[in-house]
Amino acid sequence: MSTVANRAPQETRGTWRTYLGLGAVMVLSAFPLYWMFVIATSTDEAVSAIPPTVLPGGELVTNLREVFTLQEVYFAASLINSVIVAGVVTASTLFFCSLAGFAFAKLRFRARNALMVVVILTLTVPNQLGVVALYILMGKLGWNGTLTAVIVPTLVSAFGVFYMRQFIQHAVPDELIESARMDGALTFRIYWSIILPAIRPALAVLGLLTFVATWNDFQWPLITLNGTEFPTSMVALSDLASGNYVIYRRVLAGAFVATVPLLVLLLIGGRQIVRGIMEGAVKS
Amino acid sequence: MAVTQVRRPSPAHRPAPAKVPVSRWRLWVYHFDTKRVPYLLIAPFFLLFAVFGLFPIVFNGIVALRHWRLDDPTLTGWAGFTNFERLLTDDDFWNALVNTFGIFLLSTVPQLLLALIIANLLNRRLRTTTWWRIGVLLPYVTPVAASTLLFAVFFARDGGMANWILSLVGIGGDEPIDWRADKWSSWIAIATMVNWKWIGYNALLYLAAMQSIPRDVYDAAAVDGAGPWRQLWQITVPMIQPVVIFTVVLSTIGGLQLYTEPMLFDENPAAASGGSDGQYQTIAQLIYQVGWKDLNLGYAAAMSWALFLIILVVAALNALATNRLGGGRR
Repeated sequence: MSTVANRAPQETRGTWRTYLGLGAVMVLSAFPLYWMFVIATSTDEAVSAIPPTVLPGGELVTNLREVFTLQEVYFAASLINSVIVAGVVTASTLFFCSLAGFAFAKLRFRARNALMVVVILTLTVPNQLGVVALYILMGKLGWNGTLTAVIVPTLVSAFGVFYMRQFIQHAVPDELIESARMDGALTFRIYWSIILPAIRPALAVLGLLTFVATWNDFQWPLITLNGTEFPTSMVALSDLASGNYVIYRRVLAGAFVATVPLLVLLLIGGRQIVRGIMEGAVKS
Repeated sequence: MAVTQVRRPSPAHRPAPAKVPVSRWRLWVYHFDTKRVPYLLIAPFFLLFAVFGLFPIVFNGIVALRHWRLDDPTLTGWAGFTNFERLLTDDDFWNALVNTFGIFLLSTVPQLLLALIIANLLNRRLRTTTWWRIGVLLPYVTPVAASTLLFAVFFARDGGMANWILSLVGIGGDEPIDWRADKWSSWIAIATMVNWKWIGYNALLYLAAMQSIPRDVYDAAAVDGAGPWRQLWQITVPMIQPVVIFTVVLSTIGGLQLYTEPMLFDENPAAASGGSDGQYQTIAQLIYQVGWKDLNLGYAAAMSWALFLIILVVAALNALATNRLGGGRR
């Protein structure tokens, strides 16, 4: 007993109790997703059966067909819209954040540190609270009801700038940049041929986090896109769940389809997502 | 070969460094590149933030002081503080405020405690380390809209799984709980959704901090034979206090703006009423209802400002309190 306690936890081998606890956590994490799938494959009776159905049924195709053919929900289009929005926002976030991160990490200019403090402060601004004014602004620009209104406000993020700066500071030696300057390389050239290749892992991390967050965004897309023919998939889900009477096997078939892309991303990029979250924690 | 001849036009033609005009041009380029370009690189962030982040919040303050209705564009002009005065006596606002704080407490406290415990489980030498960490992130990547709709079925009164599980242990039975009907039950249901979503994420934040604790810190505890549980609360948690404060502030900012869960938990989300009698209407939801259902943007803006101030105060208080609880080291 005391020999076990003598060591730092991170040096201690997990006991059967550790694995039992973690196993329970895994079940609780995964179960709602599994059950979403079960309902997506079920009939109406199975949705509210007591005791609950625990095995998938055979109605997935039927349910999906209903979801995709509902006239006023535009579900298929909404998936494409979500891909466009999340894709554009991710690409632009990577580009602008790595540029700014590079400047803050490696270039000398006046007020650099003060401006970096401003970036960090903007992290704490709850911008959801500006939605009323944002809606009026977008109205003046004529963008309400279009994907532009969803994309433009999130083209760059403070977290991204901060994360890129931290990474570039450590990933690229100053000498490398100095010698490139000696050879006459201009700043953008240095960014393109030295910085970008060196920060690929960080780009993967930030890209995944940005894509997930943008795909899942709900409040602002709902405000600006609701009732148009260009919903994102989250807005389409809320349309599926509204109305006089809601058919849950259909709603959850839609929810499942809108979740699958992110589960695939977690499967292939999980390591990077974990890294991004954990690195963000230690450095902030 | 022709190509090589073109590529090397003869060295004599290349401008020598001493030639004045070219050198000046180069100097200008160098100067521009080192003095101006850095600002160009950071400009996109500041421009976009100024227009779509800062401006709306400031402009919100102006909208709040004016009559601004979507259904009646002719009704404009300064309203003075009428919108704010109306807030003070608006039962809907106070009801939403109470709901927001109730759900916030029910979600934040268990969320962070459980996250600590799970982080402590993960903070061991494990087989397939990464897979456990990826597993706890399943809820994090799941869209809130999607998981909320699932929980809406889970917390159904008739045939819902929550009531079925409770009936197994003898609760409810013939009289199943109508989760949406009362404040306490709807708050618990919504808090469950929030907890499910964020526990794993917070656990990873804590885990990151735990792993950077120097190993020898634990030696002293070993001498007086502290068990793993005491080790967690007396050494690990105080050592990761900055991250705990960070998560408390994060969940305050997020929790007080809670929107998607109460919206989609409702049987008719389009109404944004937070239940038949507003049992679980949060402030963010009320802002949406006032702004886009009642079409009164001026009043919605005033509410946004009120919520902004509340978040600032509560986040600061929570950070202070957490700091104090942890022994007040600064």
